[in-house]
Amino acid sequence: MATDFAFPDTGAKSAAAVAAQEFQTEKMSLSMGPSHPSTHGVLRIQLELDGEIVTKADPVVGYLHRGDEKIAENMTYNQFVPYTDRLDYLAPLANNMAYAIAVERLAKLEVPARCQAIRVITAEMARISAHLLGLGAYGIDVGAWTVFLYAFTEREKLYKLFEELTGARFTTSYTRIGGVARDVPEGWTDRADAFCDQFLPILEQILNLLTRNKIFMDRTVDVGVISREDAIAYGLTGPNLRGSGVPLDLRKDKPYSGYEQYEFDVPVGAKGDCYDRYLVRGEEMRQSVRIIKQAIAKFPGGPWYATDAKKIFAPPKDKILTSMEELIQNFMLVTEGPQMPAGEVYFEAENPKGALGFYVVSKGGGVPWRLKIRAPSFCNLSILPKVCVGAMVSDVVSILGSLDFVMGECDR
Amino acid sequence: MAVIPVSRKPLTFAERTYIPQILGGLRITFARMIKPAETMEYPEQRPEIPKNYRGVPTLVKDPNGREKCVSCQLCEFVCPPKAIRITPGEIAPDSPTAHVEKAPQAFDIDMLRCIYCGLCQEVCPEEAIFLQNQYSMTGLTRAEMVNHKDRLYELGGTLPDQHHKWDKKKAAEEHGSAAH
Repeated sequence: MATDFAFPDTGAKSAAAVAAQEFQTEKMSLSMGPSHPSTHGVLRIQLELDGEIVTKADPVVGYLHRGDEKIAENMTYNQFVPYTDRLDYLAPLANNMAYAIAVERLAKLEVPARCQAIRVITAEMARISAHLLGLGAYGIDVGAWTVFLYAFTEREKLYKLFEELTGARFTTSYTRIGGVARDVPEGWTDRADAFCDQFLPILEQILNLLTRNKIFMDRTVDVGVISREDAIAYGLTGPNLRGSGVPLDLRKDKPYSGYEQYEFDVPVGAKGDCYDRYLVRGEEMRQSVRIIKQAIAKFPGGPWYATDAKKIFAPPKDKILTSMEELIQNFMLVTEGPQMPAGEVYFEAENPKGALGFYVVSKGGGVPWRLKIRAPSFCNLSILPKVCVGAMVSDVVSILGSLDFVMGECDR
Repeated sequence: MAVIPVSRKPLTFAERTYIPQILGGLRITFARMIKPAETMEYPEQRPEIPKNYRGVPTLVKDPNGREKCVSCQLCEFVCPPKAIRITPGEIAPDSPTAHVEKAPQAFDIDMLRCIYCGLCQEVCPEEAIFLQNQYSMTGLTRAEMVNHKDRLYELGGTLPDQHHKWDKKKAAEEHGSAAH
């Protein structure tokens, strides 16, 4: 933008002309990422700047592409479970569950109530863990270090519970088609319940550090406003959509895995700015605690996998070791995969980042013919070119943090 | 059981001066200071590993010292990252466990590929491969990160066996031949 400099004396006219040319600014293009701390992974944003104002923002994705969809075509349904851990790697348990339910819908298989309850508890714990990270990292992005440390302390307690349940802290690979990898250990639900009780006051403490904090509000209120219409038009899902005031929550609207039995509220924002998205995430954690506590209170007994699905879920280990028939069944299941009918199915689950969808096309047998993953982070990022324009460079950091995406899922 | 709008009230005058938040923040910090530390001095202090943890995969022997793996290669087949390589071998006919017939001649697990998913342990029909407690592995070369059979048994040790199915089979066979 050309600037007019008014100089008092005519003698300086020529100097002014030179200076004007010198200050004549062109638009500058700047690559933010792929290795930038605030891009939460390997996102590159091609920014076009006019001074400090963003005039164009192009997200460049694909740095973490591993070809998961193609990989899925070359392995049995159960072998793909570890790969779903690595989609949204901040909430692997929720991904495991979404994938398992998608394939079970294909087989028209109902899992027992205990299995559903286990999956709901783990998915909600994964939601808390993912939102804690989102919150902590967002705090760092806008300059609040302490929140991160306290959020991670709580997250560590969750990881201890995951470790005990699944055998791994991060890459849980917990579900199998037709059930889960193992039953909950003795006393685990009590420990999960105890975690919820001690977590609520600490959550309030953590949120209190930010919610009424003017420094934080200056960075987030009225920044990155996404209107209701835009949020729907760009296919946003999850807290980002609800932050814009659309009360869409698949756990309520298309209940799966027994979510209809639990009472919880869907928080929505009013304005759709970064602050609203932060508030929605905070409230969602409280609601997740409510769900976990209800699920533990009426934790059903009975089998934890579909016992009648002999061609889908492996027989118990004791039987494999002692009986010839189960041994053969085990070999068939592993080498040929869980047997699915021909057909196709699309299933979406409400993951911490939004609606994670699996579209499975089967031609029968134990291997998917095509598996498409609808990644919420990918769709949520599509609004960046719209929402970043007109913002300052430092606001881009704030907007990115508030969208809370994971590149493992976006690039898959 | 409803949709709840999140509350966003405007800041009060006091809050706009930053002071209540600063004091509130300091209160939390000082309260945390007198609580026991949440951190751990890692190499000196070690975290407690829960039962059924999925650490480095190992091969185990039964209480009689027989290697349990019969090289059926099911783990090699199921391994999602293809980290396991097995060369099947025969057991010598004069061995006391000759009736088991097969054992691995070579069994390599490439720990640079392994993702610790535990599918090998889950599918094993002999309970021969276990993911045990060890979680940190280092090596200076790629070759060093491949665990060969000897190393796998060294890591795995001996685990109790509930079924002793091969011993039972041998006893049944001997009993059967004696009856004839």
